[in-house]
Amino acid sequence: MPARAPGEYPPPVHVTRLALTDFRSYASAELALEDGVSTLLGANGQGKTNLVEAVGYLATLGSHRVASDAPLVRYGAQCAIVRAQIAAPGRAALLELEINPGRPNRVQLNHSPVPRPREVLGVLRTVLFAPEDLALVKGEPDQRRRFLDDLLVATAPRYAGVRADYERVLRQRTALLKSLRGHPPARALARAGGRRADGRPDGAPAGGAADGAAADDPPASGAARTLEVWDEHLVRTGVELVAARLKLTAALRPLVGRCYAAVAGAESTITVGYRQSAGRAGSVAGAGPVPGQVPGEPAPDPAGLADGMREALARSRAEELDRGVCLVGPHRDDVDLRIGELPARGYASHGESWSMALALRLASYELLRSLGGDPVLLLDDVFAELDTGRRERLASLVAGAEQVLVTAAVSADVPPELDGARFEVAGGTVTRAG
Amino acid sequence: MYEGVVQSLIDELGRLPGIGPKGAQRIAFHLIAADPADVRRLAATLVEMTQRVRFCSTCGNVAQEDECQICRDQRRDLSVICVVEEPKDVAAIEKIREFRGRYHVLGGVISPIDGIGPDDLRIRELMARLADGEVTEVILATDPNLEGEATATYLARMLKPLGLRVTRPASGLPVGGDLEYADEVTLGRAFEGRRLLDV
Repeated sequence: MPARAPGEYPPPVHVTRLALTDFRSYASAELALEDGVSTLLGANGQGKTNLVEAVGYLATLGSHRVASDAPLVRYGAQCAIVRAQIAAPGRAALLELEINPGRPNRVQLNHSPVPRPREVLGVLRTVLFAPEDLALVKGEPDQRRRFLDDLLVATAPRYAGVRADYERVLRQRTALLKSLRGHPPARALARAGGRRADGRPDGAPAGGAADGAAADDPPASGAARTLEVWDEHLVRTGVELVAARLKLTAALRPLVGRCYAAVAGAESTITVGYRQSAGRAGSVAGAGPVPGQVPGEPAPDPAGLADGMREALARSRAEELDRGVCLVGPHRDDVDLRIGELPARGYASHGESWSMALALRLASYELLRSLGGDPVLLLDDVFAELDTGRRERLASLVAGAEQVLVTAAVSADVPPELDGARFEVAGGTVTRAG
Repeated sequence: MYEGVVQSLIDELGRLPGIGPKGAQRIAFHLIAADPADVRRLAATLVEMTQRVRFCSTCGNVAQEDECQICRDQRRDLSVICVVEEPKDVAAIEKIREFRGRYHVLGGVISPIDGIGPDDLRIRELMARLADGEVTEVILATDPNLEGEATATYLARMLKPLGLRVTRPASGLPVGGDLEYADEVTLGRAFEGRRLLDV
């Protein structure tokens, strides 16, 4: 059996060798890396980002650029292979990943196959900064949910399983709602409003022959009656996810405020709240206006969360059946980001939005560090997006990290604080340039 | 691509579960090289299977007659029914040689994604079997995954008013395994279901 368990990899950790086969534009590529800063320089379209993306994929088992794996495999090839030698104090790990679009990926750790890829989450941890990060502030809620969930998995890999379970329940329940859409029995069920603790719709005659087998329960078909079962599973897995997200948001809150000030170079009141779809009329946890320190935040109480979600399900029953979509649960939640009194989304300037996006990433970095050692920092083409002030402040904040991989089109974009190894990337080849 | 019948054979084999294109090709060439008598026997068995296999009218297990061997066996304990997803689960539980009750094969699990609801499973037949009151315990042995759990929850709710003993096999650590290699979910379940050590 392979060695595993994330706790076994005491940080700080860095990548010493990266090898790609049929990954994106690379037929094959290999580079030796050191701790400290490495800069990958090259014109657009030469494959700099692909290298950073590959490292990020090893850490998260997903790409920050695309949702499906197909574009990661070089055109015409069957699968892509990413290999990384990872150094930690006193030990080394060889992580090998075969990306098979449409089929399960295969992973080896130190030449031993790992039964499920997600068991290697935590061997390598990264925080990636990319131009796409602006969408964390300006984009749709799904961007912010993904940010939270990815960070959750980086802090505690077991949440990869929780997340996968929730998504599966959600798909099953959504499929059921779609199939019930518009059926007359669905209406009867909607009236029952999910309050069928006694297994009988409100107002149904107590006792009687329908008791027991319940197979002849007149209004609801068998499929409709299973909705309650999926409700329970949605609540059980959903509460686990929401509780973890609430805890994570609370841990991030002071860090984001501090990082925002550091990167923006100015004090602002930053609020990071979690908005629950199941909450009482759009309640936002921890949206207090006190900068950085929300007093007496209660720890999320699973029983209370479960009750809230059940109530919300009962309230939304009719609409869910009418529309055939699942309207309650963590897949409808959002992170509420505010600068001063105003929501960042829609109100913040371009510069403020960037400061907020960088603050979220820097706070992730701080959080992971506080939970055990430096993650590897990946800075993909971000400096070109920033003004001089933010550029310099960001550079000084990350310069001390265990390992930083920077990509840039021209060396002038990279602040002098980030001096280190340089690589030239051109036409799918990577060469060390000093 | 191979010519005519060879390619057809590979295509047919490739449609079977657990057999990919490479495996299908290997089996096809094995059959081509094999003794024609062996191949004919295989073909005859396949044909015979389509003609003779039936499903037990009582429990839904595969059978050669109206009822399967287990349901016909008078020595079986008639007070316990073990509910499983597929006939192969019956075979798995029979291997313990401990369970003396009878079975009920649902023929699948509730999975809205695949369009399978309780009405598509043999639940009505199960309820009919429980009607005469002879059965006192129902063991819900669906798979310990999401759909299996949902199906068990659904059945448990349906059975509750009957006042039967409804049980579910324990989930936990594999015997002979190492604690450190168990995944978090299994380990978590095992801790939830821990037992008092009575010494």
